[in-house]
Amino acid sequence: MSDESEVMSTDIMSTGDRLIYMANQIARNLAAQRDADVQTAEHIRKYWTGAMRARLQELAAERPDALSPIAAQALRRIAV
Amino acid sequence: MSFSRETDHGTPAAIATGKSVTLTIDGQSVTLPEGTSIMRAASLTGGSIPKLCATDSMDSFGSCRLCLVEVEGRNGYPASCTTPVAEGMVVRTQTERLKQLRRGVMELYISDHPLDCLTCGANGDCELQDQAGAVGLRDVRYGYDGATNMGQAKDQSNPYFDFDPSKCIVCSRCVRACEEVQGTFALTIEGMGFDSKVSPSQGEDFLGSECVSCGACVQACPTASLIEKSVVEVGTPDRAIVTTCAYCGVGCTFRAEMRGEELVRMVPWKDGKANRGHSCVKGRFAWGYAQHQDRILNPMIRASVSEPWREVSWEEAIAHTASEFRRIQGKYGTRSIGGITSSRCTNEETFLVQKLIRQGFGNNNVDTCARVCHSPTGYGLSQTFGTSAGTQDFDSVMQADVILVIGANPTDGHPVFASRMKKRLRQGAKLIVMDPRRTDLVKSPHVEAEHHLPLRPGTNVAMLTAMAHVIVTEKLYDEAFIRERCDWDEFTDWADFVSEAVRSPEAIEPLTGVKADEVRAAARLYATGGNGAIYYGLGVTEHSQGSSTVMAIANLAMATGNVGREGVGVNPLRGQNNVQGACDMGSFPHEFSGYRHVSDTATRALFEQAWGVSLDAEPGLRIPNMLDAATDGTFKGLFVQGEDILQSDPNTHHVAAGLAAMECVVVQDLFLNETANYAHIFLPGSTFLEKDGTFTNAERRIQRVRQVMAPLNGYADWEIVQLVANAMGLDWTYDHPAQIMDEIAALTPTFAGVHYDRLEAEGSLQWPANDAAPDGTPTMHIDGFVRGKGKFVVTDYVPTDEKTGPRFPLLLTTGRILSHYNVGAQTRRTANTAWHPEDRLEIHPSDADNRGLKDGDWVTLRSRAGETTLRALVTERVAPGVVYTTFHHPETQANVITTDYSDWATNCPEYKVTAVQVMASNGPSDWQRDYADQARTSRRIAPLEAAE
Ligand code: SF4
Ligand code: SF4
Ligand code: SF4
Ligand code: FES
Repeated sequence: MSDESEVMSTDIMSTGDRLIYMANQIARNLAAQRDADVQTAEHIRKYWTGAMRARLQELAAERPDALSPIAAQALRRIAV
Repeated sequence: MSFSRETDHGTPAAIATGKSVTLTIDGQSVTLPEGTSIMRAASLTGGSIPKLCATDSMDSFGSCRLCLVEVEGRNGYPASCTTPVAEGMVVRTQTERLKQLRRGVMELYISDHPLDCLTCGANGDCELQDQAGAVGLRDVRYGYDGATNMGQAKDQSNPYFDFDPSKCIVCSRCVRACEEVQGTFALTIEGMGFDSKVSPSQGEDFLGSECVSCGACVQACPTASLIEKSVVEVGTPDRAIVTTCAYCGVGCTFRAEMRGEELVRMVPWKDGKANRGHSCVKGRFAWGYAQHQDRILNPMIRASVSEPWREVSWEEAIAHTASEFRRIQGKYGTRSIGGITSSRCTNEETFLVQKLIRQGFGNNNVDTCARVCHSPTGYGLSQTFGTSAGTQDFDSVMQADVILVIGANPTDGHPVFASRMKKRLRQGAKLIVMDPRRTDLVKSPHVEAEHHLPLRPGTNVAMLTAMAHVIVTEKLYDEAFIRERCDWDEFTDWADFVSEAVRSPEAIEPLTGVKADEVRAAARLYATGGNGAIYYGLGVTEHSQGSSTVMAIANLAMATGNVGREGVGVNPLRGQNNVQGACDMGSFPHEFSGYRHVSDTATRALFEQAWGVSLDAEPGLRIPNMLDAATDGTFKGLFVQGEDILQSDPNTHHVAAGLAAMECVVVQDLFLNETANYAHIFLPGSTFLEKDGTFTNAERRIQRVRQVMAPLNGYADWEIVQLVANAMGLDWTYDHPAQIMDEIAALTPTFAGVHYDRLEAEGSLQWPANDAAPDGTPTMHIDGFVRGKGKFVVTDYVPTDEKTGPRFPLLLTTGRILSHYNVGAQTRRTANTAWHPEDRLEIHPSDADNRGLKDGDWVTLRSRAGETTLRALVTERVAPGVVYTTFHHPETQANVITTDYSDWATNCPEYKVTAVQVMASNGPSDWQRDYADQARTSRRIAPLEAAE
């Protein structure tokens, strides 16, 4: 089977990838709300630890394209 | 409490009409509700009419003729169990003529009954014996020589009870219990007259029949014909203590019937408001794990997980736990440790664990296994209604006209509630089932769903929004309710959103795979069929849009005005016994007890004052974040009480990697569970039989757990947490869980009125219980939503990122079955394995054919996360393209397959959707073999060195 190696990968995302994934996922699910960026920011502030938020800020700086527009906008609203 | 049987009034209470009648019984004038039987009337006024076929858990039947009475002005001798009281009636229950007649009836019964009373297991606990005494039978004129039914073979196939036909008096109480109370219809009376006998359907034995071993028939049987094996073995009980089942969120209460220090049986308590005298096989019979030889009774420690365990004293284990946690915090910082509370432990224990973490660890790194089941319920219902809990009590279902069951399989997961629901359905309520699988409710004896919507896993939000589309565009919503109770602007925003053509049933049919007509019909029925009640389970929450689905459900209920009275509402069916309580008690990293955010200064000040420390205003880590932080090297120590995250959490590889990266994992549990394979300290836990406390069930009902025996491990779990806390420098001085509850009440507004003396007096209380609601709150949001105005939230369907494709063409969804519980740590250690010795993979015949698979074949189940093997069960219960398995057995390791995808709002894992491939296999996978080896090595306990 050609895809054997991928099948057997344990598929553990790195923490950085997961934080970005989570932020984008929150933003995507709140996208239909009137104030999606405000709500995304509030959600992250309410449920993430300070260390996670700080790490996301770093990641956003390192990989500017990784975050969706709503997530990026939300992040700008969050003062860590 | 000493032993006395619960009073049996012979027939159930009359259905309330508000009218009463006055009559005279044996010279005494009594006034009772219309519809009451003479038998019940006599019993309620202190009398007792002999009876055999009547019992107050079911409707009267009138077959034994032992309960005859005389009624002035009426001919003959009516049966008191089937004759209702009437105005002015004059009844005599004890006359010479009646005595003669009753003796005659009794004689007939006894002449065909073995008279081995002295050696019979039910001696002293037999109604036939009692009634023979009551009617004064001293002699049997017919002799015992004629044809009898004695000597027939016993059916001992059920692991928990025996059926001895020779002792059967064919009163048919068992048959009626199975029908009316349980709703399974497993028993029939075969044959006629003298030859008639009770039989599980189709003449099978009990184990092979439809019987689900709920025990209702055993409880109903007036003789030793159906009897618990434990009564035969241990003897009849001599005392009883009322306590609460520690398995599921129904929260059945039981009389733990003891003989000396030995538990003889658990008998469902008639006064239990959650179960009303019924039970399922787990709570009724599967308590043997409490004494199982696998239980660990001594604390153990080890320096590394590759070493065998070393048994140590409690003092050493506790001191070592405290010093390890303090060492780690010294080296890696205050936030480098955390803990996990258990939905199986009591409220008091859970409260103490989160207190230990917030007060003692100095951070908010506390989470609970509710993370992996109902965290979206808390989030979704608090957003929309303002409380993180269901809206109704269980009794409410008896007022429902349309019952919508979404992603729940109550007959397996919440069996006692399912029996109530089925009763209501037999009375004529309509049923809609939204579930990828054809669950038992869809079609079972005398119950059939009006609509089954077998949607593709992962499309709940699209489906519920399409129902909303129908309700809004066809103007079936309740405008008066919405205007009064909800924010009208938010409603119109939502209504505009759901009305868009892309959200119609027709537009989403290709996604969900469900015919648009069927969706329209179901939506119309829910909106217009009278009281509409929604019940949902993990098939709603365990998705990447779990929270959105809960909000979509709440939207539907608000739009149709189905909130705030009996018979309606939004009802999460909670998995574990105390998952509601664990959430209430502040087990989540962002909130204190009563769902108050840690950043709220006033709440923090309250706790700071009570606990004498300053508290962290930052939310802590959730379980998956703890595991990430561990692999990153910033999280090093974990205290896990009563949970097995390695087996129950998704993506086992991820959990294992996280645990392996920690320096100190402390597991407090009954058994060396899978998580303990990665632990450095093991603190033996106690069972629910060994401690005092409270559990809170899915109806927000707080009920007492009472100690019936001393803890085999030496301490109740709350005491162990207190020892750890004090070793870490705190100053806790609880002598009894009642004091912990007092502290909870003082710090939590919704619990302000909850104290043990109130619970003793009331039996149970449903929170909120406080000055505003001194007797608790069976139905929520009656005059208004807790948050003020009900909030409609736009729920956009976002497909999961877990996609099928050529390599993983099938969707795996997971669930549970009746006889096992969660990861099965308890039930696998009982005779319940008779029903489910292994996890099987359900696969549709066409998918099986394509792969050349037959029923019972070993198959490899493979996802992007990993693979495992198990045996196939070929069945049409699952749709083509969908496969299904349970996760009760560690050998299967179903969570090796599940992925890290989770609910966007709460990180509740997406257990219900995993893209997989299935293929023939010839045995366990490498992972399973390696894992089994590692587990064996990890569970070694070093032999004790001889003491000098
Ligand atoms: S144990 Fe329950 S399901 Fe089985 S026959 Fe008795 S009443 Fe019916
Ligand atoms: S088994 Fe028991 S309950 Fe059933 S008919 Fe016989 S005596 Fe009655
Ligand atoms: S497992 Fe659930 S339904 Fe069964 S007895 Fe216990 S609480 Fe009741
Ligand atoms: S108890 Fe009334 S007829 Fe049997």
